Parts: sequence; C-alpha cells; structure tokens
Amino acid sequence: MSAAVSTSAARRSSTPPPSGDRWGRVLRSEWTKFRTVRGWMIGLLSALALCATFTFLVANGSHEGGCFGPPSASGPNSPGSDCYTGHPFVPTGPSGEAVADSYQFVDRPLTGNGTLTARVTSLTGLISTNPRNEAPSLANTRPGLAAWAKAGLMITPSTRQGSPYAAVMTTPGHGIRFQHDYTHDEPGQPGSVSASGPRWLRLTRFGDTVTGYDSLGGGRWTEVGSTRLAALPATVDVGLFVTSPVTYDGAPSQATAILDHVTLNGHPGVSGWGSHPIGNDPRNYYPTLGAGSYQRVGDLFRLTGSGDIAAAVALAGGDTASTCLLLGLSVALIALIVVAAMFITGEYRRGLIRTTFTATPHRRHVLAAKALVIGTITFAIGALGAAVGVPLGNHLLASNGNYVFPASTLTIGRIILGSGALVALTAVAVLALGTILRRSAGAVTAGIIVFIVPYLIGSMSGDGAGTWLFRFTPAAGFSVLGILPRSATVSYPYTFANGYYPVSPLAGLAVLCLYTAGALGVAALLVTRRDA
Amino acid sequence: MSEPSIEVFGLRKRFGSAQALDGMTFTVRPGRVTGFVGPNGAGKSTTIRVVLGLDAPDEGRALVCGEAYARLHRPLNQVGALLDAAALQPSRSGRNHLLWLAHSQALPARRVDEVIELVGIGSAARRRAGGYSLGMRQRLGIAAAMLGDPPVLIMDEPFNGMDPEGIIWMRQLLRSLAADGRAILVSSHLMGEVQDIAHQVVVVGRGRVLADASVEELIARGSGDHVLLRAPSPAQAASALRRAGTAPTILDEERLSVSGLAAQRVVEVLSQARVPFSEVAAHRASLEDVYLQLTGGEVEFRAAGEREARV
Repeated sequence: MSAAVSTSAARRSSTPPPSGDRWGRVLRSEWTKFRTVRGWMIGLLSALALCATFTFLVANGSHEGGCFGPPSASGPNSPGSDCYTGHPFVPTGPSGEAVADSYQFVDRPLTGNGTLTARVTSLTGLISTNPRNEAPSLANTRPGLAAWAKAGLMITPSTRQGSPYAAVMTTPGHGIRFQHDYTHDEPGQPGSVSASGPRWLRLTRFGDTVTGYDSLGGGRWTEVGSTRLAALPATVDVGLFVTSPVTYDGAPSQATAILDHVTLNGHPGVSGWGSHPIGNDPRNYYPTLGAGSYQRVGDLFRLTGSGDIAAAVALAGGDTASTCLLLGLSVALIALIVVAAMFITGEYRRGLIRTTFTATPHRRHVLAAKALVIGTITFAIGALGAAVGVPLGNHLLASNGNYVFPASTLTIGRIILGSGALVALTAVAVLALGTILRRSAGAVTAGIIVFIVPYLIGSMSGDGAGTWLFRFTPAAGFSVLGILPRSATVSYPYTFANGYYPVSPLAGLAVLCLYTAGALGVAALLVTRRDA
Repeated sequence: MSEPSIEVFGLRKRFGSAQALDGMTFTVRPGRVTGFVGPNGAGKSTTIRVVLGLDAPDEGRALVCGEAYARLHRPLNQVGALLDAAALQPSRSGRNHLLWLAHSQALPARRVDEVIELVGIGSAARRRAGGYSLGMRQRLGIAAAMLGDPPVLIMDEPFNGMDPEGIIWMRQLLRSLAADGRAILVSSHLMGEVQDIAHQVVVVGRGRVLADASVEELIARGSGDHVLLRAPSPAQAASALRRAGTAPTILDEERLSVSGLAAQRVVEVLSQARVPFSEVAAHRASLEDVYLQLTGGEVEFRAAGEREARV
C-alpha cells in the first residue's frame, strides 16, 4: 500500500508539465500557423505598402501656397505687397528646436567677466485690435500688456537668431524670471513693475556661468537663477531687451520699457550702446506689432519691442514629421485589423479552433500566444511603416517648400516605436474582439468602429468633441504622433484644433492599453467558459 | 502510466431545452476497436467533445488514460482525434497544418513527414489544403491524429466521404492500430460500417447507452437466433417440436419458424419423430437489425415522450 502510494507520488512529481516549456510550444505553434498562411503575409505587406503610399500622397499634395508676406491693406498677397517664396523663416535654437527669437536689443560687447545692472521703472504696451487675417498695425491697437511681455537684461554670444542666451527679466503677469536657451525658466520675485514699485535686475558673467539677481530697492540682491552657457566666447553681447508676444487670443502686441541706473562693470568694448532689432524681418514667421525703437535721454533708456524669446509653438505652421504619416498609418491599421481578426475568427469559422484546443487544452495560453504573435508582427509593421513614412514625408514636404517642425532623434524614435505600439495594441484588441464575437465580419466591423471611427470623427470635429475623443476613446493612441512642443512660458491655446493632442504620447498609449486589456480580459473569460 | 483507455461516467449535458447527454457511461479498452453507434443527434459527437475537453459537461466526467483531458501533458501524444476533416485553413498546405500541430507538442518536423507517408498523401502535402478532396482531408485528419503516435484514438465518422478503396484502407489501418494495443473509439451513424472492424459496440440513443457489448453478444441478444424450417406438413412438424419444448410459429403451408432451439437440435427432433422436412436454415440476425431494434425503440419512445409532453 505504502509502496503504491509512493510510486504514484513519484510519478506525479516527475510528470508535472513545466509551464515554460508548454508556453514555448504553443507560441511556436501559433507562429507557424501565422507564417504559413500566404494571405496574411500579403496582408502585412499591403499594410506597409498602403502606409507608404498614403504618406506619399499626402506629402506630395502639400504645396506651400507659393507666396507669403505681410498682408497689406489691399488684401493678402496682392500685387505690390512684399511677397516671398518658400516658407517663413523659423529660427532654430541651440538644441535644434524651433524657437521664436524677436526682440529689441540695446547692447555692448563685454570681454571676460562682468556685471550688468539696471532698474526697470516702467513697462507699458499696446495690443493689436485688427482681425487676425489682417496685418497688425499700430493704427488699430488698445493699451495693454501681454502676460509674457519681457523687459530686462541679456547675455548672448551672438545676435544671430536662435543663439544661446541667459536673461533676467520682469514680466507683467509672471513676476521676475531668469530664463536661458528658450526653454528654461526660473521664477524670482512676483509682481509687476509700477511707478511706485520699480524692479532692479542684475546679470553677471563669471567664466561660463551666468547668474541673474533681482532686488526691490537696489540694496539687497537675491539670486533668481544661474546657468552655464557651454563654450561661451571671451567676448559676448550684453544689454537691455524688450519684447512682447502674441496674446492667448492671437493678437500681436508691443511693449515699451523705461530703464535707468544702467551700469556695466568689467571690460566693455570701446563702442557704446548700440540698438539691434532682432527678428523683425517680414520673412520671419513670428508676428510682430510695429518696428522696434530705442531712445536714450540722459540716463533713461526707452526701448520698444515686439516678438518673443521662447520655444516656437504651432504658430510656425502645423506640418510636422508625422503630419503625412497619420493617414498612411490609419489606412494600414485597417488592413492589419482584418489580418488580426482573421487570425482567430478563421479558426472559429472552420472548426479549426477545436483542433487548436485539443492540441493545447490551456486555452488562455492559446489566446496569449496569438496575442503575442500578432502583437509582435504588427508592432514591426507599424514601426517599419513609421520609419519609412517619417523621412519620406519630411523630405517631400521640405522639397515642396513647406516648413516642417524640427524633431529630435529621440522624438523620431518615439514616433517610430509609438506607431508600432499603437498598431500592435489595436491588433491585439481586435484579436480579442474576434475571440469574443467568433465571426470575421463582426470582428472586423467592431474593430473599425471602435479603433478607427473615433479617430476619423475626432480629426474632423472641433475642439470639444475632438478633445474628448482623443482623450477617452482608443483614438487617444494617436497621441504617439504628437510632435508640437508645449511651453510653459508661452501663452497659447494648446488645443486639438491647433494640432495638439489633448494627452501626452504615453498617456494616450495608456488609454489605448486599457481598451486592449479590457477586450483581452473579456476574451480570456469567455474562451474558457464557452464550449469550443 | 495507466493503460490506454477512455472512461466516461454519467455524462449529462443540456443545450437549451434539448438533453444532449443523459447519463452517458461506457469504457473503451485497449487492444480493440470500440464502435460508437447511434442515430444522428444521439450524443456521439457531444460525448467525444467532452472527452477531448472541448465541451464542459453539466454532470459526470470523462477520463483518458485515467486523467482529465485538460491535465494531459502533450495531449496529442496520448490521444489522437479525427473530429471534422473539413476543419482546415484552406490556404495552408497539409504539411504546414501538421507542422503547427507538431510544434504544439514539441514534435520534430521529421514526424510530420512520417505521418504523411503513413496516410499516403505524400505528393499533395505541400499543396494548399483547400484543394483537397474529402477523402484526402480524411487522410490528413488521420495523419494529424497519428502525429503523436498516441495509445488512444478517437475517430468521429472516419468513413465519411471516403471512396471504397479508402474505406478498405481505413479498416485495415484501424485493425492494425488495435492490434498494437491501442484503445480506439470509432463513431458512426451506420452500423454496417463498424460491424466488420469493431470488437465492442456501444449503441447510444437520446444521450445514453442502449447497449454496450461485444458484437457476438449483441447479435445473440438481438431478435435471437431462429430456425426456418420447410416441411410438407407444418402441423405435424409443429407438434413434434412442441413436444421438445418450443413454440414454433407456422408461417404458411410449408414453412415454420422455430426459436429457442439450435438448427442441429431441430434436425434431431424431427428425425426422431420421423417427420419429413426439406430444408432447415439457421437465421442469424445482423448487427444492423439489432441496432434498428435498439434505436428504433428509442425513436418510438422519444415520440411517445414528446406526445406526453405536449399533453
């Protein structure tokens, strides 16, 4: 008796199937299944071809209007007005990003270390009241200041647009700030300049390090921020600047600052203070109100400027590295939805699913293996499609004279991997739908309704519905294609209509992930509960 | 490892209002072919699906080699099943169909080529399965069932669509597989198909077993053996046989039917009584007759039951 028990126990302990081995077998089996149906391989290749074709068609169809220029009173682009071919000039910042760099600068060269100090006693402004499709004109303005109008001190190695810089400034809406290289920002004292409350600003250079200070009375100085500007030359430009950006409502503006107690310690160049309007050429993309000006009366410096020193937002135009890819990817997605649905519904339709489940009674392993196989394959197709589509679209847009928002290698990498993830998550979700519905037509229809239609409606509808759809439906996954930067120092409506997805790429993928996980969960539940 | 077998205990399963299985119980033993016969809708296919873990029974259980199917490690090495020969992805070749099955059991591709040889579809194996004839599909299905060289085989209607040559091949194959000591269950709705190959027959109707016996036993149990007698004077013959303890039936002016006595004994009785007779024929009931008796009753019973239910 005891011997019998021990042998049966020994047998049981020697036979338990190693689940890793079991999983590997079903995975290999599903991969063999997939690769041995020629129609599915053709489906994958046609998805890739569709992606490239539609990307090409969109990119090839986008031609810059041929002429741009400041709209004159007699109408935009009318004969006689200044007209330029190509696209407006967008400066490129130190890290390759698109920037706005337009301001009024009154500067002197400074060799070696030094300190510039000044007191801002007044900051006033005008805001354009012209309709947006007409050029801003000083004739039609109202008094007022943009919240991010800037007046202060700056150090830069060059007055070329897009140069590195560090600056300390006062703003009407955001207090004292220390900013450098367009995207970095640190707050100082709150509040704005008034006749009774002037602001003292100081900027020092020591080696490569630039530090900004502020003070209410000119006695006690507080550090606002400090930065190292890499490879700063021995001689740099230091000076006073004023600029005033387009308001949240889209109206260009102008600011005038009065500064006094201007002192420069160190080794300034022999030339005195000189005025440089930066970026007010009409070919520059950033809208400005009026030409800048500079007057000096005794110790009083009066500067008027318009523009911004910050990251460029969609003002430069909406074309990005993923603009043309979008349609190609969504058309390819439809082909992949069909393949993903057939991968499971084909088995239900022919009763082959019974053979599958007799070979692998652990049905959730079958579902997981199918999901992994279709997910991996479609990820590769999506990523490959993007890897082809992004450079193709960029190249065609650029050669057609369009401005394409620059994107870092990291961003391009994210778009490529994100496209793969978007496609793979959708394919796995459709596989789950196919498992739930067990019918090819039903699964393909449901897949298109759930994963394509919200995107189509969303991209055609306005801010309200579009934002909602791209935030809460599977269309959120398309956020992986978002490129346009958001800046905390630019007051701009980052809305869907302006080309901004309402959620970040990762959050968008997470929303899509929830849908996929939900569909897989229901499929896993049903596949074990139902008779095959 | 326990011996190859299929054990089915008290399976019950209801599909909506239809009781598909109603206490199905039987055992398939090694070394013999067990025929699984019954009219369409008797529960044969449902039973097979339960055995293979595809359908869950409401009650009862089914074991293969002493284990529930879902617990089998590499199940195709233990049980080979031919369910529906049409269950193929038409654009996949026969060989690739076998290949994915082989991969699911960690079997080498070499084994795929072996079973292709075994069932004789060699040249067609690399063509798309959608173009196969029904007979070819049956052979491919047999190849799939034989892939893991399993000790237990389940064949659902394996003769469907086969040409006479295929049917002969299939019978020989099943006999030789049984001779290897495998436990084989062959379902069919036609008794004649299994009569020649089955050692044991499980007759089912309305979801349960009507008879489970060897072929000989079943025939004997059926309408029974009777002897057909031709005699010039049936009345004289009848009285002689009555004295021997049987109750013959006079069929017409020269024929009688005798049951309960073997033909040899009938000859002895009549010779002793000096009753002339011209012909004695032992009549053996065919399995088909037995089957029709068993299942016909089921059909009648069902009809009566339906009538009752309606009242």
